[in-house]
Amino acid sequence: MSHDYTASKKIALKTILILAAVTVVEVLVALTGKGYIIEGYHAPKVFMNAVMIAGSLYKAYLIVFEFMHMKYEARGLMMSVVLPVGLLFWAIISFLFEGNAWKNNRLFVKEREKMEVTNQQ
Amino acid sequence: MTTDTLDKKHTDTGTENGSWEGAEYPFKVGYGKLMIWYFLVSDAFTFAGFLIAYGTLRFSTVSWPVPDYVFSTFPILGPHHPLLFVTLMTFVLLFSSFTMIRAVQEGHRENRRGVVIWMSLTILGGAGFLGCQAWEWTTLIGKEHMSITTSPFGRHTEAGIYLDANGKESSEVFEMGTSYLIHKTAFASAAAEASEGHEAVEGKEPTHAAEGEEHEGPSYAAAGDYPDAIVDQRGYVHRKYIVSSGVDTGLIKSEPFGPKAFGALFFFITGFHGFHVFSGVIFLTIIMVNVISGIYIKRRNKNEMVEKIGLYWHFVDLVWVFVFLVFYLL
Repeated sequence: MSHDYTASKKIALKTILILAAVTVVEVLVALTGKGYIIEGYHAPKVFMNAVMIAGSLYKAYLIVFEFMHMKYEARGLMMSVVLPVGLLFWAIISFLFEGNAWKNNRLFVKEREKMEVTNQQ
Repeated sequence: MTTDTLDKKHTDTGTENGSWEGAEYPFKVGYGKLMIWYFLVSDAFTFAGFLIAYGTLRFSTVSWPVPDYVFSTFPILGPHHPLLFVTLMTFVLLFSSFTMIRAVQEGHRENRRGVVIWMSLTILGGAGFLGCQAWEWTTLIGKEHMSITTSPFGRHTEAGIYLDANGKESSEVFEMGTSYLIHKTAFASAAAEASEGHEAVEGKEPTHAAEGEEHEGPSYAAAGDYPDAIVDQRGYVHRKYIVSSGVDTGLIKSEPFGPKAFGALFFFITGFHGFHVFSGVIFLTIIMVNVISGIYIKRRNKNEMVEKIGLYWHFVDLVWVFVFLVFYLL
């Protein structure tokens, strides 16, 4: 029991340090990529977003599986929680696609309005 | 014969060991813990819905303000410290998550004193986070004049040059995609206070809203069309500029407000998360009082209640990871 306790204490400390480190890396990448640390340097947006999303997913994994103890629960419980959340991936893709379509439609309408004005003159 | 087969069936379905009476826990956790997990799943969907709505609306506009421009004030140090304050907030919440897991571990050992110490640190962390959020909101509302319907933060969709007080081109050039903040002049807040009522006018000095704002150019006495800006009825100064790129090159325009949805989404989502933190602090306090009273020792279930509030608290931290990602990092 007491051995178990010291082991889990170590895991908790290790996990929190990793979480803090990932956060610091994310913020540093964000600041560097946007030109705050090295003057005039801008990293490509796709790369930045990939780093941020990967870092956050890793943090989420650590919080759920270590802090919330999901790693040590029954497999069925884990599946019943993780699988429904997986549905969100499609929700994100489809809704962002939708937002982009709104933007394009709005720009299209604006352009058409401009054309009509110039035609009337 | 028939009775034999029936008996066999019974053993197959595990009646003898009492499975049908609920003797087995298929997920090997108690009812309460299982249900808090499912509550958290549903809560995760709620937050996901909000964050996806934010993403959708952000994708649908070209003038969405850049987060590291909007969230760049730090107490004492002032503006131009992008992301510093929210990183501090993240660390406060991470710290409280760590103290929470320590409390749960002490709970497993039935160490009442340890549970209370670590839980009180968790409560402190939660309260600290709420304090940080209060400061952030105060700055945004009081100094930068953001509201749920007005976003003074915007982003240029074309390159241009600002006009100076004489209506001529100044040396301030900006590129496409540069973020800006529409400042507010003092007259509006004075007028608002005057109309608000009797006692407010004498006590407060009318210029307090202008404190800490960068004053560029002349101060505007009233709403109207000035050579370098248009000042609207509420006192927002929309600076004028000459467009130097795209189809509108040469036209004089004034800075429009940023996307309307920005303020609403920001206050609603961070507010909803802050409300979770707030209720978490309340529940932590209640459970800590119960721990002190010794009620969980009598239950002999290794302080499962502490574990349950721990799950909730880690979830609040988990949501913050994504709020941090969506609002501040992307």
